[in-house]
Amino acid sequence: MSIIIHKNTKILVQGFTGKIGSFHAEEMIKYGSNVVGGVTPGKGGMTHLNLPVFNTVKEAVDQTGASTSILFVPPAFAADSAMEAADAGIKTCVAITDGIPSHDMVKIKRYMRRYPKDKKMGLVGPNCAGIISPGKSMLGIMPGHIYKEGKIGIVSRSGTLGYEAAQQLKDLEIGVSTSVGIGGDPINGSSFRDIIEKFENDDETIAVLMIGEIGGPQEVEAGQFAKKNMSKPVIAYIAGLTAPKGRVMGHAGAIVSAYGESAIEKVELLKECGVTISKNPSVMGETVKKVLVENNLN
Amino acid sequence: MDIHEYQAKKILSDFGVKIPTGGIVYSPENAENKAREIGGSKWVVKAQVHSGARGKAGGIIICNSPLEVADATDKLLGKKLITNQTGPEGKIINRIYIEEATDIKHELYLGLVFDRSSESIMVVASTEGGMSVEEISKEKPETIIRSKIEVAVGIQQFQAREIAFGLGIESKLISRAANTIIGCYKAFSELDATMVEVNPLVVSHKDEILALDCKMSFDNNAMFRRDEIAELRDKTQENSNEVYASDRGMNYVSLDGNIGNIINGAGLAMASMDMIKLAGGEPANFLDVGGGATPEKIVKAFKLISMDTKVKVILVNIFAGINRCDWVAEGIVQALSKIEIKHPLVIRLAGTNVEKGNEILKKSNINYIEASTLEDAANKAVKALG
Repeated sequence: MSIIIHKNTKILVQGFTGKIGSFHAEEMIKYGSNVVGGVTPGKGGMTHLNLPVFNTVKEAVDQTGASTSILFVPPAFAADSAMEAADAGIKTCVAITDGIPSHDMVKIKRYMRRYPKDKKMGLVGPNCAGIISPGKSMLGIMPGHIYKEGKIGIVSRSGTLGYEAAQQLKDLEIGVSTSVGIGGDPINGSSFRDIIEKFENDDETIAVLMIGEIGGPQEVEAGQFAKKNMSKPVIAYIAGLTAPKGRVMGHAGAIVSAYGESAIEKVELLKECGVTISKNPSVMGETVKKVLVENNLN
Repeated sequence: MDIHEYQAKKILSDFGVKIPTGGIVYSPENAENKAREIGGSKWVVKAQVHSGARGKAGGIIICNSPLEVADATDKLLGKKLITNQTGPEGKIINRIYIEEATDIKHELYLGLVFDRSSESIMVVASTEGGMSVEEISKEKPETIIRSKIEVAVGIQQFQAREIAFGLGIESKLISRAANTIIGCYKAFSELDATMVEVNPLVVSHKDEILALDCKMSFDNNAMFRRDEIAELRDKTQENSNEVYASDRGMNYVSLDGNIGNIINGAGLAMASMDMIKLAGGEPANFLDVGGGATPEKIVKAFKLISMDTKVKVILVNIFAGINRCDWVAEGIVQALSKIEIKHPLVIRLAGTNVEKGNEILKKSNINYIEASTLEDAANKAVKALG
């Protein structure tokens, strides 16, 4: 198995008829993802890319049985759309949108607290590349062909750095079970810890590559979780060794504001948790390979 | 986005926080008149720049007459203030804030930030006002009070009271102090702030609770609904290349090195900078042209890097996903036909259609060094420095 999305996962596209939503919906369909329709309020009843458009997520879920959605809605309306998905019974929503205010993200997360654990939507992102289970389904904006089908779980804040890792693995003939982009924002839906826990529970995944960066506590929290609860090896790379303190490095969340948030501090803290560190971004693939050999997993 | 002290104080005062009487001036004559208008016998002349530690840098002057106020203003206006936070280039002083001097009994620290672990708003307070929060955590960590506020219901009276009592405030001033804390919280939560710092918050000999200095930062992502905050932006306080970049939708941070970078994606950009450092070089900038790296963006990026006089070598590192390397290569060729680049240029393309992309670059007449991996690119860039 892969995590979160599988061969037949039924997908809705929120912000379906917009330029960006249309483009990526087509790419996903070409990849083989089971896109069953989309939502654009006011355009319900239309057909777009040969698929039905609905006014509300509820209607779309009722009529298509979709369990998953991907969100391309502009920042000002994205929080509203994510909450609508949660309320309609969507299990996983990937928010691609870049630029959602932090106060809105906090609001979404508080809103979702009303649902019991088994009914609660998993939000991934925002400001992320999405999820791909190679050979099965793509719920994101990544170039699908750089991912080889296999057994390594990838979880990354950055989109392009995640692509870099997938390409390095492919060049070494190592495949990926699922790759998850959790996004570069300070407040996000799913943390590194949330995702590595899913990889630990996935039969197919044998090791996890975690690609973090400066800012926030999530990489170290994931390391501490791994130390206590993971049987599978975790390999990590942390970007931002040269980033100056107190400056935002592109991603809204990439800012060092407290102890343990710089790249060097994160690397040290992760090492203490038994995580293998890829010493530079050019050897992420090699480091994974080395760990696989050491653990007789290759 | 950061704003000036006087702007932050005006906001706090709109939320019921008491501030000393003061006014903004742009000339020494203005300053003298403002001092008379404020009245009293002692004034503080404060340089308005986006930086803390202004006092130690000579940006805050205490004066005993309106004439002294005029002199101090004359001394500061138009100068660059160099603090331990501005870097050696300093920040230009274009505005001066004149304030009545406060007779201080106690100096306290009050700050509000997002706590990324609990995803709530955290109030941080200490009895050691006047020091930076980093200094307080290092030297007097036992004085720090932290209170997590549940954002769904907002701050409660009892929480504000607890903080006030924790700061050792006298009983008769507790409700005044609590209301000050609540005012700061409301400003934070209602205006899409990411940081509110009142340092020092003071208790005066007249038993007033006053915000003596204040720093506020706001979420750039929320500016679409915060016109009143967006218009407080003072571009003279930002690096001019950074302003150029942000006005064109690029993420750029100016750094001290001499290898200019053009990269797509924030993570890959940070990773490339790290590789340059490991190869023995220093990056001149962080630049993320966006995941898409469209030809138009690449043209703008070359223009931006060519404006930086520190740059001696340019490194382009693009991982093409959906956008394809051949398209990116055409963008690079197009950019270089418009902008003359005198420095060595290292280009590394990766991802979709990489062979086609490299072919286009080779067939063009641009002068460049081809690199294959991230490491190769960084090594070649450092070597090209000579």
